[in-house]
Amino acid sequence: MRPLTEEETRVMFEKIAKYIGENLQLLVDRPDGTYCFRLHNDRVYYVSEKIMKLAANISGDKLVSLGTCFGKFTKTHKFRLHVTALDYLAPYAKYKVWIKPGAEQSFLYGNHVLKSGLGRITENTSQYQGVVVYSMADIPLVSRDGSYYRTQVLFYSRRICFQSG
Amino acid sequence: MEGQSVEELLAKAEQDEAEKLQRITVHKELELEFDLGNLLASDRNPPTGLRCAGPTPEAELRALARDNTQLLINQLWQLPTERVEETIVARLPEPTTRLPREKPLPRPRPLTRWQQFARLKGIRPKKKTNLVWDEVSGQWRRRWGYQRARDDTKEWLIEVPGSADPLEDQFAKRIQAKKERVAKNELNRLRNLARAHKMQLPSAAGLHPTGHQSKEELGRAMQVAKVSTASVGRFQERLPKEKAPRGSGKKRKFQPLFGDFAAEKKNQLELLRVMNSKKPQLDVTRATNKQMREEDQEEAAKRRKMSQKGKRKGGRQGPGGKRKGGPPSQGGKRKGSLGGKMNSGPRGLGDKRKGQRPGGKRRK
Repeated sequence: MRPLTEEETRVMFEKIAKYIGENLQLLVDRPDGTYCFRLHNDRVYYVSEKIMKLAANISGDKLVSLGTCFGKFTKTHKFRLHVTALDYLAPYAKYKVWIKPGAEQSFLYGNHVLKSGLGRITENTSQYQGVVVYSMADIPLVSRDGSYYRTQVLFYSRRICFQSG
Repeated sequence: MEGQSVEELLAKAEQDEAEKLQRITVHKELELEFDLGNLLASDRNPPTGLRCAGPTPEAELRALARDNTQLLINQLWQLPTERVEETIVARLPEPTTRLPREKPLPRPRPLTRWQQFARLKGIRPKKKTNLVWDEVSGQWRRRWGYQRARDDTKEWLIEVPGSADPLEDQFAKRIQAKKERVAKNELNRLRNLARAHKMQLPSAAGLHPTGHQSKEELGRAMQVAKVSTASVGRFQERLPKEKAPRGSGKKRKFQPLFGDFAAEKKNQLELLRVMNSKKPQLDVTRATNKQMREEDQEEAAKRRKMSQKGKRKGGRQGPGGKRKGGPPSQGGKRKGSLGGKMNSGPRGLGDKRKGQRPGGKRRK
């Protein structure tokens, strides 16, 4: 377990900022406690300082996880966001997309969402913008592909597709 | 009338005197204890005035402080004075209060190897005289050290012992032996020190050839030998099929696990701020590398021109021109030069000066 280096922090922040923008500083600087990012076995965990001090007592090879896993660094040092980060990203999302109940199930199983399945969308969403998908009951959703939920807004002629990948 | 006024004046003068005295005299039930060396006055009077003061005792506290300070100053004025460089100075006596230790007691050091042995064997240090009579010089000389009594390296005549090689230099042998003794002593001193501070010494254990060493040991010894040159192994050639050693790169250093959380947060916020600002930030390293590359290219172009001119003129100008080099480097365009050390001097003095420029990392 170790803190992130400058380079790693930058890469991770760039990825997360695609979805939540400047609200990222609310994650870094929280009024209700000191939270920090720690790297363990290539995975980045967002954990409060108190829990981290307790976890420091566990040896590295026996420690499985701590706090919330935000994602992992791949072999070529790219950052992949994981579904477990959704709870922290959804409240701060800048661009949101609501999908109709009919398309919701399809999306959850990993398919694209067509324009007809689109319920609401925040205005000024540009193409290829990273968004967070919600159901009509304001529950953030993640597609079946599981470990990452990068969704982009692609505009094809006369259709808006949501590609989840 | 005048008498009256005189009396009045006298009375007034007396009143003034009394007031002045009142200001500098303080009445206390118990006398204060003074330690003038530390400028300390201890007041043991019970603080009844403070207790009945109520919630805001500031006025009473101030009065109390004033009174006690007045008494201390009165005491100071009674000290013997002297004149030091146009100022009158009172000499303070020695402090009587003993102040507690500033630093904790030093912990006992571990015994050296000799001390352990002596303790085991019960050897006590024999008291020896400092000076010894030296027959050769006919004077009292010290037992050890500079110009000692029996210095065998300083003898002018040494008999060659029967068993020794007649061509051996006995003087050199004695000097060598002395050096070895000194080195051994130094090593033992450092080892004792390392044991006392629980540090590790870099040792050459296992690197001496014994004839039966394993492949790994030999490999390790070879690596150490390779690196033990003046250039730390940079110009040592490898055999044709020899592979580069594993694990010889720089070890990465990470921040401590719970370092300063505030500093970490500040760095991250700063990074975010830089990311969010729309202007592209100046990368100092890249700017300096770019500048260096441009200068190199200019220099190369100039050299090429000079060599062409030299060939044409039949070699008259050539070597001189190359050696004197081009005009001094331009200083104007350096935006991000680190620390102002970027002014490389006259150029041509060494065409291959590539590695010596201060400033940013080379060729990132």
